[in-house]
Amino acid sequence: MITKRIIPCLDVKNGRVVKGVNFENLNDVSSPVDLAQFYSSCGADELVFYDITASSDGRAIFTDILKETASKVFIPLTVGGGINTLDDFDRVLKCGADKVSVNSGAIKNPSLIPMAAEKYGSQCVVLSADVKRVDGRFTLFAKGGRENTGIDALEWIKQGVENGAGEIVLNSIDTDGVKNGFDIEMLEAVSDIVSVPVIASGGAGCIEDFVTLFKTLPKVDAGLAASIFHFGEVQIPELKKVLKQNKINVRL
Amino acid sequence: MITIIDYGVGNIFSLYQSFKAIGADVELTGDFEKIKNSDKIVLPGVGAFGDAAKILFDTGLANLIKNEVNNGKPLLGICLGMQLLFEKSYEYGEYEGLGLIKGSVKPIADVISSDFKIPHIGWNSLTYPNKSRLFETTPEGSFVYFVHSFYADTPEENIIAMTEYGAPLTAAVANENIYGAQFHPEKSGDVGLGILKAFYERT
Repeated sequence: MITKRIIPCLDVKNGRVVKGVNFENLNDVSSPVDLAQFYSSCGADELVFYDITASSDGRAIFTDILKETASKVFIPLTVGGGINTLDDFDRVLKCGADKVSVNSGAIKNPSLIPMAAEKYGSQCVVLSADVKRVDGRFTLFAKGGRENTGIDALEWIKQGVENGAGEIVLNSIDTDGVKNGFDIEMLEAVSDIVSVPVIASGGAGCIEDFVTLFKTLPKVDAGLAASIFHFGEVQIPELKKVLKQNKINVRL
Repeated sequence: MITIIDYGVGNIFSLYQSFKAIGADVELTGDFEKIKNSDKIVLPGVGAFGDAAKILFDTGLANLIKNEVNNGKPLLGICLGMQLLFEKSYEYGEYEGLGLIKGSVKPIADVISSDFKIPHIGWNSLTYPNKSRLFETTPEGSFVYFVHSFYADTPEENIIAMTEYGAPLTAAVANENIYGAQFHPEKSGDVGLGILKAFYERT
């Protein structure tokens, strides 16, 4: 029986894990390699590494860390951040990434998704979308949620899947960092229009939020979160136990 | 020594590292002599069947693999590497495979119920219709990581593990010294490492 996935997300800058509230006020949390090993040992189903450095030096540190992680942690690794070209795909896939997530890079260059899907397969291409309600409409944001693109998010995601994205990470800017639960309404709207796995991101504050997510929206495949895991507010073994008690299939 | 065949297809960094993690003597290579001199072969692969099969046939690796396997050398195909062991694939056309195991590769869309998403991505559990050395140390019900849109349609005698995803799907196969896993043991945590270790030590 297929299981719902629990995915900790590690934002990496200069070789360290950081996470902010509403994408700002970054706090240093820990070593990415240590955290990845810790999460893998407590039952995380997958890990996402976001490279939030902008410099080429930062890029090199990031790939070193990715390599070290992939040598020690044997669960799927998704890498995002700074993915603008096929060379970027190549760079991280060679260092042990299994999937590559595109966000702003695909907004700047929409042909990135079909080109990557053709070269590496759809299973390798994750479309990550930062979405916020603007005048009651789900709107796509770029640059880590700072820039309103004016693009209709649902249309963008639908198009991305048609172009070959094999998975969607939907990050609601409206609920991100608020810790009051996932954005069920936004997730439902996206799940209704795509046939590929949807990963919920933004808003988880406690175990109950994951239970509500999977109970309300059985079509959602995975829940992603960062700080609540990094700061130990939600422990993955306990989270999975509670999900199981609620008859949600998880890997124990 | 184990050789992982490097023919330019897929992410093999993790596979190499996972064999190292279990203490195996492992090399990543496309060198014919090294493959001949190794004790076991791993055939990896991610991507399209047609492209990968073409490389194997064009480079002569296909013949080399067949000869080695016919001489009794254990082989483990992983994901697309497993699919390539079969006679044929119907992935976007019709392509010839290595023909080491009877059967063909078909879209899972043909057999699973329509409310299941494709690809089949995620952790799913195993059952064993037949006994195999590959799973001697892995209890039934263990979870492994799958990413695929096609499955192997093969006689039941070749199936050593099944999984359930809208229909029963082939998860692993064996024909004497030839083994194949549809899932990714190198991405399946300790369970996966245990399966690789069983291939390394018990086949």
